[in-house]
Amino acid sequence: MDTTEQKDAKVFRANALESEAIYIFREVVAQFEKPVLLFSGGKDSITLVRLAQKAFWPAKIPFPLMHIDTGHNFPETIEFRDRLVKELGVELIVRHVQDSIDQGKVIEETGKYASRNTLQTTTLLDAIEEFKFDACIGGARRDEEKARAKERIFSVRDDFGQWDEKNQRPELFDMLNGKIEIGQNVRVFPISNWTELDVWNYIEQEQIEIPSIYFAHKRNTFLRDGLIWSAEDEVVFRAQDEEVQERTVRFRTVGDMSCTAAVESTANTIEKVVAEIRESKISERGARIDDKRSEAAMEKRKQQGYF
Amino acid sequence: MEVLKIATAGSVDDGKSTLIGRLLYDTHSLTDDKIEAIRNSSRKKGYDYLDFSLATDGLVAEREQGITIDVAHIYFSTAERSYIIADTPGHVEYTRNMVTGASTSQVAIILIDARKGVIEQTYRHFFINNLLRIKDVIVAVNKMDLVGYDQTVFEDIKQNFERLNANSTYAEQNVSYIPISALKGDNVVAKSNEMPWYQGETILQHLGGIESTDVNEEGEVRFSVQTVIRPKTDEFHDFRGFAGKIKGGNLKVGDQVTVLPSMTTSKIESIYFYDKGYKEAEAGSSVTITLEDEINIARGDMLVKSNELPRVEKDLTATVCWMDSKQLRPGTRYVVQHNTNRVLSKIAEVGSVIATDFSGKKASDGTLGLNEIGEVKIKLSKPIFSDSYIANKSNGSFILIDEHSNTTAGVGFIN
Repeated sequence: MDTTEQKDAKVFRANALESEAIYIFREVVAQFEKPVLLFSGGKDSITLVRLAQKAFWPAKIPFPLMHIDTGHNFPETIEFRDRLVKELGVELIVRHVQDSIDQGKVIEETGKYASRNTLQTTTLLDAIEEFKFDACIGGARRDEEKARAKERIFSVRDDFGQWDEKNQRPELFDMLNGKIEIGQNVRVFPISNWTELDVWNYIEQEQIEIPSIYFAHKRNTFLRDGLIWSAEDEVVFRAQDEEVQERTVRFRTVGDMSCTAAVESTANTIEKVVAEIRESKISERGARIDDKRSEAAMEKRKQQGYF
Repeated sequence: MEVLKIATAGSVDDGKSTLIGRLLYDTHSLTDDKIEAIRNSSRKKGYDYLDFSLATDGLVAEREQGITIDVAHIYFSTAERSYIIADTPGHVEYTRNMVTGASTSQVAIILIDARKGVIEQTYRHFFINNLLRIKDVIVAVNKMDLVGYDQTVFEDIKQNFERLNANSTYAEQNVSYIPISALKGDNVVAKSNEMPWYQGETILQHLGGIESTDVNEEGEVRFSVQTVIRPKTDEFHDFRGFAGKIKGGNLKVGDQVTVLPSMTTSKIESIYFYDKGYKEAEAGSSVTITLEDEINIARGDMLVKSNELPRVEKDLTATVCWMDSKQLRPGTRYVVQHNTNRVLSKIAEVGSVIATDFSGKKASDGTLGLNEIGEVKIKLSKPIFSDSYIANKSNGSFILIDEHSNTTAGVGFIN
């Protein structure tokens, strides 16, 4: 098979992080009945999709993607998501935070800092129960945040979705133990050991397509607390005295619009983005207002079932 | 980029977090907002210096108690390579988390407080690094600023540690000694002006010179099948690929291989990484291979070169580090996970408990408690294809999974 290709084939030397991630994907498929890949349309989950493709080629990705839609997405992200899924021929499941609000399961926050980010947890846990997913693969990285730095690669959650941070399973060498009780769930993080720069380098190396909002573009914006917010959608609360100005910006992370700020940038190619990240004095999550709520914001969300 | 994995070990207040903070700070790996967050938290606690432990201790309980409970993974990089530090706890009760952090590391940094010297905790940390056969150990004698940068203090500690090292069973281990002050930044990244008597490398220089070989690169080829890839599409109708990670050595197209446990032989027809074929792939690579013959192969089976067969054994003797609050007792059943293979087992005997102060083996009461290390005999329901831990780390280690709680209750190193 493909002997022509093998004639001039070279020796394969692994990129350690890439091989580790592929190994993790294969363990998930072998150890679980019903895995799902949590897909937000952001660069980390897009990287996961590429790694999953590599892990199972020439077969298709053997699990669906699931997007927990806050309803506050950047339109560019949704458009990108739908195109990617079509190209890959994989199933996409979408569950909406709005439905959880309509059912009275969660209450929309109000005020200046209102965000739907925390509300996602309920929608996610309901979806896990609905589809009986036993493994949820996510693009979290340990370098993102100090509570994330404590995360195992296979992270067991109880049937309420809770993370017991003080009693995590030991994880030795690369032996992953995914044995769980019915009702429990494992969150799996194949790119745990990657840094933000590793992800960007990989996107550049693999020429992976990403949504346009990651690149510099002109946008109507306003300033609050020293951060730049998009003024192009009503979901981002703006006070009357907060003045709208056109700026050349890009987004470094793609989260819920209401809690994701932009950065001033002229980087309009992947090479320029990588160069900019390399020089940056601000961390990726510096523009995520939801992490600034308290010293332990992420840990608390994770205990409640956030991914 | 190349990644070097480091595990740190030290007792409470030896300055582990300060050292990590210093490494990050001096390599410009901390962003402004993170420094600002550390500054704010330090101020809130009434400190007039930057308390880096607030950055590395990620859990509320850790920050409250000022101790590290579980492993945190911390990243920094230089122009030459990336580093991952597993910041592991020093307390006895968290030995299991220390082993967790050390198991994937290639280097260990053991911190010693210059004022206290070699203490019981140091024994345990060094013992675990010995047991896990971590090739490079850096003994960082910290807080030299508090002993007036006195050379004799450093030399005394070095001598004491060498006495400990004389009892080590791992003669090839490289142990180096570096006098530092993590707080002031002496000999961490920058060379110290305060210790002209020390001519050696700084910690970062030393780390930069260590070759980054992964656990998976050691020994002979062991290819444990993770999953079988059968696309059944028109284009790849007959494709049967065996997906796994090459552990040890390398695999070439045309290599004669033996499949365990069936002992059937075949030749490697192709090696794929994604959609490209390669004539050879090296250890550490997650590839997909196809064979020339149709052989029934499933997850847990192992492919090896026919002239490099592992041991096939139903009775295991191993050094086990116990990690569960429920004691390990003879007669109880556990699932042994060895690579991707799971086998039901019964504990035959707990022979002796090993003292982590290098004083040797002690008679046990026949059980192993949480954080104890002992010699254990295990009967397997089916044979596994193993090597000694010394010959091949990944094929010489296994975990014990509790059938009822499903937790990883222990780790074994095959003798």
